[in-house]
Amino acid sequence: MPQFKVLPAGDTALVVEFGETIDRNLSAQVLALAHRLKQEQPDGVIETVPTFRSLMIHYDPLIAPFASLSARIAALLKDTRPLLQPARLWSLPVCYEEEFGFDLSDVAARTGLSPADVIERHSSITYHVYMLGFLPGQAYMGDLPAEFDLRRRDTPRTRIPAGSLAVAARMTCIFPLETPCGWHVIGRSPVPLWRHGPAASALLAPGDKVSFTPVSMREYAALSARAIDGALEITPRDIAVEAAA
Amino acid sequence: MRTHGMSGPYMGQELPIDDANVSFPCLRVLAGGLLTTIQDLGRAGYQHLGIPPSGALDPVSLQAANALVGNPPGAAALEIAYLGPTLAVEAGSVRVALAGGAAPIEISAADGTTRHEENLRSFCLRRGDRLRIGSLAQAAVLYLAAEGGFDISPVLGSASTYIRGAFGGLGGRALGAGDRVPLARAFASQRGDYRLDGLDLSLPKRIRVIAGPQCDYFSEGTVSRFFSGEYRVAPGSDRMGMRLEGPRLEHLRGADITSDGVATGSIQVPGDGAPIVLLADRQTTGGYPKIATVISADLPALGRLPIGAKLSFAPVTMEVAESARRALYEDMRNLFARVVPLDKPGDVVDRLFDCNLISGVTDARRPVA
Repeated sequence: MPQFKVLPAGDTALVVEFGETIDRNLSAQVLALAHRLKQEQPDGVIETVPTFRSLMIHYDPLIAPFASLSARIAALLKDTRPLLQPARLWSLPVCYEEEFGFDLSDVAARTGLSPADVIERHSSITYHVYMLGFLPGQAYMGDLPAEFDLRRRDTPRTRIPAGSLAVAARMTCIFPLETPCGWHVIGRSPVPLWRHGPAASALLAPGDKVSFTPVSMREYAALSARAIDGALEITPRDIAVEAAA
Repeated sequence: MRTHGMSGPYMGQELPIDDANVSFPCLRVLAGGLLTTIQDLGRAGYQHLGIPPSGALDPVSLQAANALVGNPPGAAALEIAYLGPTLAVEAGSVRVALAGGAAPIEISAADGTTRHEENLRSFCLRRGDRLRIGSLAQAAVLYLAAEGGFDISPVLGSASTYIRGAFGGLGGRALGAGDRVPLARAFASQRGDYRLDGLDLSLPKRIRVIAGPQCDYFSEGTVSRFFSGEYRVAPGSDRMGMRLEGPRLEHLRGADITSDGVATGSIQVPGDGAPIVLLADRQTTGGYPKIATVISADLPALGRLPIGAKLSFAPVTMEVAESARRALYEDMRNLFARVVPLDKPGDVVDRLFDCNLISGVTDARRPVA
């Protein structure tokens, strides 16, 4: 059974904390518990929010008080194993041209790589979606190699365009909406990660895998036009997930 | 063609600013006020996708306004912050009720007469009436419910407006001049008007909290300074978070934690040591340590606190928090039983005149539960 702590976050949420760092094994434990709770649907649980190292559980204490819900979770964790079912692998087009990736040469300077190497390394990784947060549909993906352990900008940009792809602290994100941002922007994806409207939805979910395919400005423009028409279909394929150590 | 029902009139579209052919019953916005949004009890089930719950800052007042006009308790209403809107009635008649912070409520009829109404009493408006809601004197929010509700299609299970995500409510934004807020009913019913007495909407001085989840990121001295200190609601507070001025809180080992989940009422302490209480439009996760969390029973009162209000925080046990929540839920369940008919002698004829202009006409589009 994994080590964990149950911490109260008020009387309608609790945190099951597996550790304090960003770690794939912790993430596997978080996602396994989220999956288990989805299957078991314990009374009183309203929703769960996976993060890098903990699972937040929002619940109604009038149905399941803290004491009984935390006991139930401890019991479930005794036989909750990391998921071995297939994960969804998304291949997302990204244009890394400097017009979109306006921090690319800065990132190159900070990492000691050439801009071409930054693109090559960034686009050769299969990323793990640890969690979604900050903006609707915004996925935190890792891990980049150690040279990408970049501090955020001292002065965040007041706005970056929707679809901007950025890096910081060995993580990469596509920002689904225009937003202020302290991350380093190295490209842009035409794929909407967040859809508005009555059937609003997020493309990515925690536990998904993502890779990036470099595209030219011309391809970006064509894909972007299709996205605006709602005709850009990106479908994932299932891949086997590595067992957590 | 304008469509109603499943898709809602404005879903994902630009709003018609001045459309002479508008034929659905609505409240037309002449002035939006400071920040008037459509809110209900919020959106559950999508936080794992980064979507906050949103919903009314003061759900007690929201439910009171709904009870007064016979709506389901969680029906969508207008949340009015600090300065109210001016609305023109484009419907045969409509019954409304306001609940929350006190503000002048003035009605100018088409014939030039003016009258005033009060909080916590329903009243009827007729076509052409202009309803002007002034400044909230002592609270942050006030709710306006319309009988039968507003005809707003839910997004992800809720009509609540989430401005940062640009969805929910009317076009995902605050009301502005020229907007038309569709009403589900074309005429007020004959149920009569009601009042609600004895609802405690006072501003609390002490807000109850449960310590943690990251109390251990602060020294015992800092934690006790937080509980003994007096804070003031600071400018810059909004539906995402209430910023606090008062004793600064020092971190033991830095202000950065690996992001984890946050709750409505989480009190996070960023690097500058000034605490922020996270409210309905908060982000779903956060990277600052949380010293304490406001208990759910005190969130409605917290939501009422305007900029400049003083408050302090008192730690309580989980048992106290859970029984306070139970008590609040009992109160809310009893709201419908507590509204009483407004039957001052002499009023009846006026009321019938106001509300019963056309008998037998009910809803323009759908039955009202």
